[in-house]
Amino acid sequence: MDFNFTSEQQLLQESVERFIQDEYDFDTRRKLAGSDDGFSRDNWAKFAELGWLGVSFSEDDGGFGGGPVDTMIVMEAFGKGLVTEPYLPTVVLAGGLVSRHGSDAQKADIIPRIVEGELMMAFAFAEPHGRFNLADLHTTATADGGGYVISGHKAVVYGAACAGKIIVSARTGGDVRDSDGVSLFIVDGDADGLSRRDYRTVDGLRASEVTLDNVRVGADAVLGPVGGALPLIEEAIDYGTVAVCAEAVGAMKVLHDATHEYLKTRQQFGQPIGKFQVLQHRMVDMFINYEEAKSMALMATLRVDDEPAVRAQAVSAAKVQIGKSGRFVGQESVQLHGGMGMTDELNVGSYFKRLTMIEVLFGNTDYHLNKYAAA
Amino acid sequence: MDLAFTAEERAFQEDVRSFIRDNLPDDIRHKVETGKTVEKDDYVRWQRILNGRGWLVPNWPTEYGGPGWTAAQKYIFATELGASPSPRLIPFGTSMVGPVIYTFGNAEQKAHYLPRILSSEDWWCQGYSEPGAGSDLASLKTRAVRDGDHYVVNGSKTWTTLAQYADMMFCLVRTDSEVKPQQGISFILIDMNSPGIDVRPIVTIDGGREINTVFLDDVRVPAENLIGEEGKGWTYAKFLLGHERMNIAGVPTSKRKIADIKDIARAEADGAGGALMDDMTFRRKLAETEIKLQALEYAELRMLAAESAGKAPGAEASLLKIRGTEVQQAITELTMEAVGYYANPYVAESFQAGWNEDPIGPAYAGPAAPVYFNWRKSSIYGGSNEIQRNIIAKMVLGL
Ligand SMILES: Cc1cc2nc3c(=O)[nH]c(=O)nc-3n(C[C@H](O)[C@H](O)[C@H](O)COP(=O)(O)OP(=O)(O)OC[C@H]3O[C@@H](n4cnc5c(N)ncnc54)[C@H](O)[C@@H]3O)c2cc1C
Repeated sequence: MDFNFTSEQQLLQESVERFIQDEYDFDTRRKLAGSDDGFSRDNWAKFAELGWLGVSFSEDDGGFGGGPVDTMIVMEAFGKGLVTEPYLPTVVLAGGLVSRHGSDAQKADIIPRIVEGELMMAFAFAEPHGRFNLADLHTTATADGGGYVISGHKAVVYGAACAGKIIVSARTGGDVRDSDGVSLFIVDGDADGLSRRDYRTVDGLRASEVTLDNVRVGADAVLGPVGGALPLIEEAIDYGTVAVCAEAVGAMKVLHDATHEYLKTRQQFGQPIGKFQVLQHRMVDMFINYEEAKSMALMATLRVDDEPAVRAQAVSAAKVQIGKSGRFVGQESVQLHGGMGMTDELNVGSYFKRLTMIEVLFGNTDYHLNKYAAA
Repeated sequence: MDLAFTAEERAFQEDVRSFIRDNLPDDIRHKVETGKTVEKDDYVRWQRILNGRGWLVPNWPTEYGGPGWTAAQKYIFATELGASPSPRLIPFGTSMVGPVIYTFGNAEQKAHYLPRILSSEDWWCQGYSEPGAGSDLASLKTRAVRDGDHYVVNGSKTWTTLAQYADMMFCLVRTDSEVKPQQGISFILIDMNSPGIDVRPIVTIDGGREINTVFLDDVRVPAENLIGEEGKGWTYAKFLLGHERMNIAGVPTSKRKIADIKDIARAEADGAGGALMDDMTFRRKLAETEIKLQALEYAELRMLAAESAGKAPGAEASLLKIRGTEVQQAITELTMEAVGYYANPYVAESFQAGWNEDPIGPAYAGPAAPVYFNWRKSSIYGGSNEIQRNIIAKMVLGL
């Protein structure tokens, strides 16, 4: 057993954490979140320059040959800064799909451009009425000539507005919730017939409703097996889930430390409020919740390359833990800060909101608890 | 023992119900139902409608404008009002400073302020908390120094709810720093238009604008605005806290919101071909919240019965605040969970009444997350739930 990072991983961690500390303070993040794009293209270029956009891709594909642990390192640090740049949709979700299942031509076209910071991507997997069921798809792709014609509505697609390419799940066969008949397509962000309604999200990011109205793609747009892509989608969502678990751990760490500090400095009744035993116990529970979350995020990171059943079970377990810990840590941070915790000015609320949305993302606590119990 | 209302009580209930139905303006009802921001004018209009019927201040003695209701009538009224999609009644005038004025104020103060509360001419805000004095309110530092027939007030109040609308603020100030903290506090009424007052908004985590910091810089307040005696402010403030027990738990509103969640859960898909309402996991959580709410409702009824029998409820009422806010918060969590991914889109303008674009997801989803974030406040304000537990531990359990 070895829980140590390699020396490359240590360097990676140091460089991402230093960036967050030196260049991504809360005010900077707030300004970015309020800007037109919602993030900084200069930062994106810097991510490319520092190699972070390529850590998880194989060297053959033009990446740096890292794995889930490297992604965890980046995402945990990003969680500490509440980074708004579209790393999750571009690198983890879409990039991951292409690198695992793309054709040679697709990989050659896409991965180097992601690594260089020239291409951002999004993954449009959810639909308005599907809840968390990845197979609940009304979007259809009909074979036509050599290619396909895609129509449908994809919901709450993070990062779609800046995406040069969007990976879309659609039905090429089967009924709405069938496992078979699901396919993936790589669609240009500016394809004819694709329209977006962009908006801000409560967690300070950007997402879009993406409507496809007879969007034509060639046969080369198909990613993975026609009609057999559901397992690929599940796998991509599991990788995404593991990544946001790490992000949540970073966010919880900030809340944990901020609240800890506040208990030591805020004076009421002539003493620091941290002297009240009831608050000590609450802080201890925050600490325990954070530790549990960190353990489970690591566990899932180490299992995500395993066979699908093991992977899925590990991911659901971690997501349940992160959902519960994130809610507890978020709510308690606000509560223990009293009125201050309710202000938009303090950073606490923003971390709380991101944790809240991470709980929903890729299936909420109930969904994953049921999935785990049923397996 | 009998749970049923008498025939007269039922008739009264019908009266209240039909009055609300017939008189709550449609535009206001619509705002409340769709989670739009309720503006000052909406609150005032609704208060004036209730006042027109003589129903604005159920707890006031008849000589000052109260309707002279029995405890059961007050309960029925509060229940019907909470169950209706009407704006909440702003408590600062009617439930807070009003009772202090008619209990401790002098004849001129009563004659001047009480009618203006009834007519909603004055909007009141509560100036208690300060940056350094929250749970430990007695440590407040805002000073009022007597200068001829005025007090000169310096300091700052914070978290002041809807101070941006306020004409008047009832304020705890320190008039004596030589004595024990509680004994040096006085209760004064400050005109918010006085020179030296600066109200600055504090944006809350949900993006709302309901609280403020109020800076007071050499504000001259006529000495006649002092309530009762100098140095007795703490006693009056405690009276006020103990006064408004009714409806502290918010049971009727919570019932209405649970009904709303059921509507949402019937409209939302469960991802398995049915509705979320068919999902046992969700239903069980909803059921647990409903049961908690029932326990709260019956705790409130028991306290009400004790009160009618002449036993004023004491610190037990803190349990209504604790559980009431916990249920409110659980409801906001369930609502947010019910709407799934559509909790996340945030269109700030969509909470304004004039916004008439299509919502991003279902219309009910837009407010779900902001409301959840906003209601974290309820376990903090009005004496935090930790402080309420301290009160029960000390006053009820003698620990
Ligand atoms: C939305 C909102 C509206 C408000 N409106 C008004 C208003 O209109 N007028 C007004 O005067 N005030 C208002 N308040 C202020 C409110 O009453 C205070 O926030 C509250 O009293 C807590 O004080 P604090 O914020 O200073 O927190 P603190 O007192 O600093 O408390 C921080 C944390 O420590 C805990 N704590 C403190 N002391 C103890 C103890 N002895 N034992 C255990 N735990 C303890 C608290 O429970 C809390 O969790 C409002 C607050 C909010 C959030």
